[in-house]
Amino acid sequence: MSATTTAPDRGGSLTVGVRQRRFEPGVVAAIVYREWRVFRRVWFSTAFGSIVEPIVFFVGFGFGFGALISEVAGLSYLEFMATGTIAIGIMFSALFPGLINGYSRRTERHLYDGQLAAPVTVAEIVAGESLWNGLRVSVVAMVTVGVAFAFGVRMGPGVVFIPLIAIISGFGLCATGAAFAAKLRSWHGVDIVVGGLIAPMFVVAGTFFPLDGLPRFAELFGRVNPLYHCVELLRAAAFGGYGLWQVLGHLGAVLLFNLLAWLVAVRFVRQALID
Amino acid sequence: MSILPAIRLASVVKRFGDLTAVDHLDLEVPRGSCFGLLGPNGAGKSTTMRMLTGQAEADEGIVEVLGHRLPGASRHARAVSGVVPQVDNLDDELTVEENLAVTARLQRIPRERRQEAIARGLRIARLSERAEAATRSLSGGMRRRLLIARGLVHAPELVLLDEPTVGLDPQVRQQLWSTIAEIQAEGATVLMSTHYIEEAERLCDEVAVMHLGRVVAQGPPATLIASHVGREVLEVDGAPPTLARVEHEARSAGLRTRRSGTSVAVLDAEQLDGQAWAQGERRKPTLEDVFVVLTGEELA
Repeated sequence: MSATTTAPDRGGSLTVGVRQRRFEPGVVAAIVYREWRVFRRVWFSTAFGSIVEPIVFFVGFGFGFGALISEVAGLSYLEFMATGTIAIGIMFSALFPGLINGYSRRTERHLYDGQLAAPVTVAEIVAGESLWNGLRVSVVAMVTVGVAFAFGVRMGPGVVFIPLIAIISGFGLCATGAAFAAKLRSWHGVDIVVGGLIAPMFVVAGTFFPLDGLPRFAELFGRVNPLYHCVELLRAAAFGGYGLWQVLGHLGAVLLFNLLAWLVAVRFVRQALID
Repeated sequence: MSILPAIRLASVVKRFGDLTAVDHLDLEVPRGSCFGLLGPNGAGKSTTMRMLTGQAEADEGIVEVLGHRLPGASRHARAVSGVVPQVDNLDDELTVEENLAVTARLQRIPRERRQEAIARGLRIARLSERAEAATRSLSGGMRRRLLIARGLVHAPELVLLDEPTVGLDPQVRQQLWSTIAEIQAEGATVLMSTHYIEEAERLCDEVAVMHLGRVVAQGPPATLIASHVGREVLEVDGAPPTLARVEHEARSAGLRTRRSGTSVAVLDAEQLDGQAWAQGERRKPTLEDVFVVLTGEELA
């Protein structure tokens, strides 16, 4: 038996006097810090995906459809689909981590149990992971802007708002993934989420074609789809031509969706973790 | 403040559907003690631990940790308690040091004391040399030490250990025992659930034996042994017919017996005086004898 284990120092708990309010931004920062530490080692896969995916869309849709359609909603088709591609990048890069990580961290890696042993709440974990993914997809969005530039798309000075739009939209989409992850009983459930949620969300959002021409029910779905409001904000930022109230309307819709997604995710994840 | 127990459970009930996992449980853990929660699988130990860590909420009764009433003040309780779970939930995407650094941040240890906390964790885990190593590269024993250290970075007043040495080889187990003894020497209260009787006997000042969701006996190990199984045990080996006869004779003499494998243990054997059937090895009773008498179940 080894007697070399060092006794911890005396002197009382290091958390004496630390505030314990219902929601502590410091915990959200700690969750973001954890994600950042991991990201420093795995950034390449994010970078690779965020460069290759838009190139595929530009070549396929841009040149494929672009040859058939000259103009959509006052924009060239390449401009129209460029903002759609940014939005899709935001969705995939935020919703999938919310879903996949949410499930594996809860069921296979028990990561949340470890975090919740500290004075941490589910609300803070969901907020931290969603905020992180928002930050991460803001980079993904700007990479897509670069790819669009390479394909000849010229955006206006409002392009500086795109990272912010990505952060805000990414937050709610990640929380949406987390909410569904909390209800998954096995990996098979991912098929349901992809087919039933992700596919319609990314197609019926005014990403590659406008909502106007769609059947009424599809158009209605599109109007409540947060990705539609995200892509409209992106178009307003990149090319202008939107009124202030229009922009505020879309922003309000995204923020409202974020609040709902976060609340639902917190409720579901809590139910899944705490007996 | 030392009058208040570190943990107080009063008439606590926890149900899962039709199953009552914890059934009007009363338990007080004195401050500064090392307290063992013993019981066979399904006795309610894990559920009790989960209620104390905030992972489960009681349906009825009072749960207090260091004076904080749960679940309402769970956050305050978790700030001053450290949890070492049974299931390894180290963060495999991080290094050893990052595991401790993230925990220090989640605990919101003030920035100027964070390095001290991380160093403390590395020291307890005895992994200072491997601070930069990927957590997934550690051996089973190292992982368990890191798991314990992670629960201690903030120098908690109460440490909750759920089956801390399950599945470890004897050498690693002994290392962990010395760590646990040091935590207690530091002044922290330790509550550990275990089904290794030897662990409880060696480390705990006081143990509670749980059965079917309740505490059926509580006290210092020596007191429990003296009051439940007497001063001496007679261990008789033999073939099943011999054992059956010994059991029959012992019960006729008003004594309790315990069958395990190829032997029968007769309790309170000091009351026997040279009966022909009572031939075997005499030994001191153990906490395990108490456990079996109280729960009717053998430990694996």
